[in-house]
Amino acid sequence: MISEWIVSILLLIGGAFILIGSIGLIKMPDFFMRLHGPTKATTLGMAGMLIAAMVFFSNTQDGVSVKELLISIFLLITAPISGYMLIKSAIHHKLKAKDGTKGLDNIEDD
Amino acid sequence: MRLESRFRWLPTPFRSALLFVVWLLLNNSVSAGHIVLAVIFAILIPLVSFPFREPQPLIIKPGLALKQLIIVMYDIITANMQVALLILGPVKKLRPAFVKVPIELSHAMPITILASTVSLTPGTVSAEVYPIPESLAEGEQPTQRYLLIHVLDLDDEQALIDTIKQRYEAPLKEIFQC
Repeated sequence: MISEWIVSILLLIGGAFILIGSIGLIKMPDFFMRLHGPTKATTLGMAGMLIAAMVFFSNTQDGVSVKELLISIFLLITAPISGYMLIKSAIHHKLKAKDGTKGLDNIEDD
Repeated sequence: MRLESRFRWLPTPFRSALLFVVWLLLNNSVSAGHIVLAVIFAILIPLVSFPFREPQPLIIKPGLALKQLIIVMYDIITANMQVALLILGPVKKLRPAFVKVPIELSHAMPITILASTVSLTPGTVSAEVYPIPESLAEGEQPTQRYLLIHVLDLDDEQALIDTIKQRYEAPLKEIFQC
């Protein structure tokens, strides 16, 4: 019973963070700012859902389920790399940043 | 900084430990058979794959590395809350900026870890490491490296640079001793 509550709360928190990350994708004015939602809010959302899965399967099946930890580790390793590739290609394509973005002269030509 | 392990049969101790843990997690069991298999894989795979890779600095202080991991985990959670609030708040108030952070790390591995931590934590995404290796002459070593980061809401540039240097770069320098 208690574990059911824990699972539901974790799922809700995880879902909320993923939703916020997606809202960020629509709401932000330029590409660089849009990238912040998916690289950060979504990782915590996924972590919440995975912990929920861990609690659920540890309770319903025999033994403790720890595979989800592995998924979170791989997610944490890969999320920054994909974000880095995206922002790097955006810089190479010279995408417009929002007006008023400071430090644009910090980008070096290549 | 140390590039070579003390034991010839265990060239990359940390990766071996990671392989061992990942194998057990993948199989979801700690039975004797799987432990033996995991030990065999953890020793054999690095031995076979080690010559293919450029040598990377080894972790000299595992205790500190563990402490840093916990700090970063905590920071990921708080940073997520902050970014969530920023996203839900008014967009017009955000002050996006590109910031150049001078870094003193010198090897690919520590720089990658620093860039990934910066991407995951304080409202920042790392964009580029300057100077770009392709623009350098063969064998030339850059005098000063910079990490270009994009900040969602910049308040004080110097404070942000100091935070990144003290909280994330200094421990990495100590862990890898470089």
